[in-house]
Amino acid sequence: MASKRRGLPEINAGSMADIAFLLLIFFLVTTTMDQDTGIARKLPPMPEEELQEDDSQINAKNIYTVLINSQNQLLVEGELMDISQLKDGAKKFINNNGIDPNSSENPEKAIISLQNDRGTEYMTYIRVQNELAAAYTDLRNNASLNEFGERYADLNKTQMKEIRKMYPQKISEAEPKNIGGDE
Amino acid sequence: MSKFRKDGKKGMPAISTASLPDIVFMLLFFFMVTTVMRETTLFVSVTTPKATEIKKLKKKSLVSYIYIGSPVRRMQSSYGTAARIQLNDAFASVDEIQEFIATEREARDEKEIPYMTTSIKADETVKMGIITDVKQELRKANALKINYSTRKGTY
Repeated sequence: MASKRRGLPEINAGSMADIAFLLLIFFLVTTTMDQDTGIARKLPPMPEEELQEDDSQINAKNIYTVLINSQNQLLVEGELMDISQLKDGAKKFINNNGIDPNSSENPEKAIISLQNDRGTEYMTYIRVQNELAAAYTDLRNNASLNEFGERYADLNKTQMKEIRKMYPQKISEAEPKNIGGDE
Repeated sequence: MSKFRKDGKKGMPAISTASLPDIVFMLLFFFMVTTVMRETTLFVSVTTPKATEIKKLKKKSLVSYIYIGSPVRRMQSSYGTAARIQLNDAFASVDEIQEFIATEREARDEKEIPYMTTSIKADETVKMGIITDVKQELRKANALKINYSTRKGTY
């Protein structure tokens, strides 16, 4: 018999490439390569009923208050401020080390208190968060360049921890309130 | 004499395309592995604000998304233009967030729960009132790791 001699006829694999191309194009089109980025924050846990927050231990001079009203204006330490100045202001406050008696004692004790209105625009809020984070990044970078001669992002874990201990990022957000103006 | 004598009679040999399917399959597998299909249809229009101090969101499987923005144009006739929250494939109210977090947790391994992050994808024009409400709900649900989704850039 003819078929016995030749065995099974081979399947034509010529169209394999076409099929694979079709699939490839499908996945190329559906792929989203963009990685999500954002500002990472940790929310404070819900305060327990009987446990009232104890602010008395914190010296008032160690708190840098930033208020944002519904007109997206900033009130920093009781004075109107433009967002562009916030980073330098925060840096000066954190790195005061007791030079100015009305400013923070040292970076470890410095706390930034952020409070916003319900009518504040999200964009402004993120900008403020970003400026404050940038202030800390700058300070940490300076410290790590002095200590280890490298930027903060290039340090290893233990070194990072050390720098983080020098400049702990303490941004506290007050319980929501209405500050000036309706929504 | 020479081994590399040109054989004029043969002409250019055709390039073998036998390995083409292999190459294409290789690319195919690469894209299949890296592909993340868009799982939700957005009903709200979201343009995230710009920021510079951004971090990459790792482990996409552990991220739950909350979208906040005004409804897209075709939805505006029935839902208006006021900012709304979208969870999964539907509009939701603030009270539904706790439930949403609970279902998200159930879908994951118990060990992974502490690493779960909630990404807030809010439009830059949204007012903080709604964001604050969402944050309060997340605190109640004990989902404390959050990420404000932003684009890279400055104003």
